[in-house]
Amino acid sequence: MTDMVLLGDEAVAVGAVHAGLTAAYAYPGTPSTEILEYLVRYQKKHGGPHAAWCANEKTAYEEALGVSFAGRRAMTSMKHVGLNVAADPFMNSAIVSINGGLVVVVADDPGMHSSQNEQDTRYYADFARIVCLEPANQQEAYDMTREAFDLSERFKIPVLIRLVTRLAHSRAAVRVRDARPQNPVRKPPVASSWILLPANARRQWHDLLGRQPQFVEWSESGEFNRLRLNEERRNLGVITTGIARNYYVESLDELGYQPSHLHIGAYPVPVELVRRLLGHVSRVLVLEEGYPFVERMLRGIVAPDIEVLGKESGAVPPDGELTPDIVRRAMGLRDRRGQEIPGLSLPNRPPQLCTGCPHADSFDAVKQAIAGFESAVVTSDIGCYTLGALPPYSAVESCVCMGASVGMAKGASEAGLKPALAMIGDSTFLHSGVAPLMDAVAANTDMTLLILDNETTAMTGGQPTILPPSRIGKLVLGLGVDPAHCHVITAHHRHTEGNRKLIRKEVEYPGLSVIIAVRECVETLKTKKKAS
Amino acid sequence: MKYDIILTGVGGQGVLSVSAIIASSAMKEGLYVKQSEVHGMSQRGGAVLANLRLADAPIASDLIPLGSAALILSMEPLESLRYLAYLSPEGALVTSTNPVVNIPDYPDLEGLLGHVRTLPQSRLVDGENLARAAGSARATNMVMVGAASHRLPVKVETLEHYIQTTFAAKGEKVVETNLRAFRAGREAAA
Repeated sequence: MTDMVLLGDEAVAVGAVHAGLTAAYAYPGTPSTEILEYLVRYQKKHGGPHAAWCANEKTAYEEALGVSFAGRRAMTSMKHVGLNVAADPFMNSAIVSINGGLVVVVADDPGMHSSQNEQDTRYYADFARIVCLEPANQQEAYDMTREAFDLSERFKIPVLIRLVTRLAHSRAAVRVRDARPQNPVRKPPVASSWILLPANARRQWHDLLGRQPQFVEWSESGEFNRLRLNEERRNLGVITTGIARNYYVESLDELGYQPSHLHIGAYPVPVELVRRLLGHVSRVLVLEEGYPFVERMLRGIVAPDIEVLGKESGAVPPDGELTPDIVRRAMGLRDRRGQEIPGLSLPNRPPQLCTGCPHADSFDAVKQAIAGFESAVVTSDIGCYTLGALPPYSAVESCVCMGASVGMAKGASEAGLKPALAMIGDSTFLHSGVAPLMDAVAANTDMTLLILDNETTAMTGGQPTILPPSRIGKLVLGLGVDPAHCHVITAHHRHTEGNRKLIRKEVEYPGLSVIIAVRECVETLKTKKKAS
Repeated sequence: MKYDIILTGVGGQGVLSVSAIIASSAMKEGLYVKQSEVHGMSQRGGAVLANLRLADAPIASDLIPLGSAALILSMEPLESLRYLAYLSPEGALVTSTNPVVNIPDYPDLEGLLGHVRTLPQSRLVDGENLARAAGSARATNMVMVGAASHRLPVKVETLEHYIQTTFAAKGEKVVETNLRAFRAGREAAA
């Protein structure tokens, strides 16, 4: 047993290695990126397990699924919205009989530190009818990851680990145990269990539903869900899930007594433990990060005969992330007094593009090129360049999900907004922009796609793109874009005037054009220079 | 013993290195540590906040409650004032006086420094000049660790040890610059 100082993300990575991981796949996304980053570094140093960045979360998931098919242990990690992209393989992998342990790690971002929404992945686990583990600290992140692989093989299902930003990006000491060897290659014992033809799928689904009571029984008797009743007091019961427990525990010093407490770290919800708690108290407070998942179950449609406090009652804010102070207030404790300077008001300091960023030069060229058009639209996408929505640029009008800029520009153009210009980064284009560009080629839509090629996945810290930058032009031409309307330019202020003219010419062209604006990200350039 | 620290600055100022050096030192001296960081979008040139908690017993929460921090250690004066509500009434604020002006409505600097001086326990340090004298303006963050070192529940030798380990890969010269910066900050706040 040794201690390692690890981020929550890294604790998952180490747990997977020690559980006999054979391969891990991911697409970068805050707050999950550091899981695969750790494994990539580990592979470089130790020669394995295999760790690879992928085109997107769906391909990553399917590659992990192939490893499981081969009988070996696999992990795929992603941010919460990444699971939307991988939802198809995710939902269907719950129906096959998982062979080698398959662990799906999803990092939610309540509070939206670096995301477009705060969807709660526990619903996905419930949707797929599988087991979900929710660690409360770095040690549990390690222990639960090890356990998740065993559970996956025992129950023959993918097992989901739900992290949240505060755990993913917080460091503490973790006690690690000896590593288990990797599984040998072994195909699924029942071949039809992986061929989801309707006849097989019906049988597999029926079988998965039939095993639900086993999952609940495991959840009720396992070490991750603990009920402690206070025999003396019945005024309050508290249910915590995941990291909410930390804030609750911290408030106990001042509360002066220990309410009856159920902690849930594993799902499906341990119904019997919940019933025992609810039978013991007159009021229950539910503290959970994300949506009121457990709270809504307790409320149901027919109100229970005890008072339920939580996000739906207003005891806890319905959105944003939990804090120790939100939990203190919900427990009836006052805020501790801090310091203040009366009347002091400070301006915000939002994130911004780095000095010398090539995107800034692209925004300048685009803004000048579309000046004067009455019904122009500029759609954008997910990446550093989303900051182009903020002053001083105020250059883009949408940011919805990976790849949406391309399809939205097509739709907006077909609806009558012209010129329609989409701006997407190279990595995001390869992730989800290729398929909608195919639609635009097929329709020869009157729109212009500007691919901002900074030769990296910049926002998440400079991971390599899945294809080298030199191949993007060939890919675009290969889809059938007219070579006369496919250009490569340099995103540099020295070229802004020429770029403006070219963009202007192409937005005026009544058909599809693609412009690839190339210049390496200043941050990755700096890192490379340092390394050499 | 509990010692909560709010670390602030602007993306790129080395707040996370400061956090890592203090955290490693505390752990070496047998303390429990939780170190919460900011990664991703919020990091780019924007306000950066890290929570660092040290204690002689296990720590539950990764985040510091309001009114509980013993120290705000800031690389930048505007950012030093952003989280005062987290500073306990007895807590100290140590900040560099050097502004990072990357927003159009940056307040009057003398006004900001004046506000800092009104706090019961505050210490202003010209981190950038001291760092430059030590060899590089980039070592401002280590000046600030030095300036805070009088208040931290860890030994100076341990901090210096981890400054050495942190910068060892960048060569002896960088290590020396950062150690000089640390000592200059320590002296300036003595």
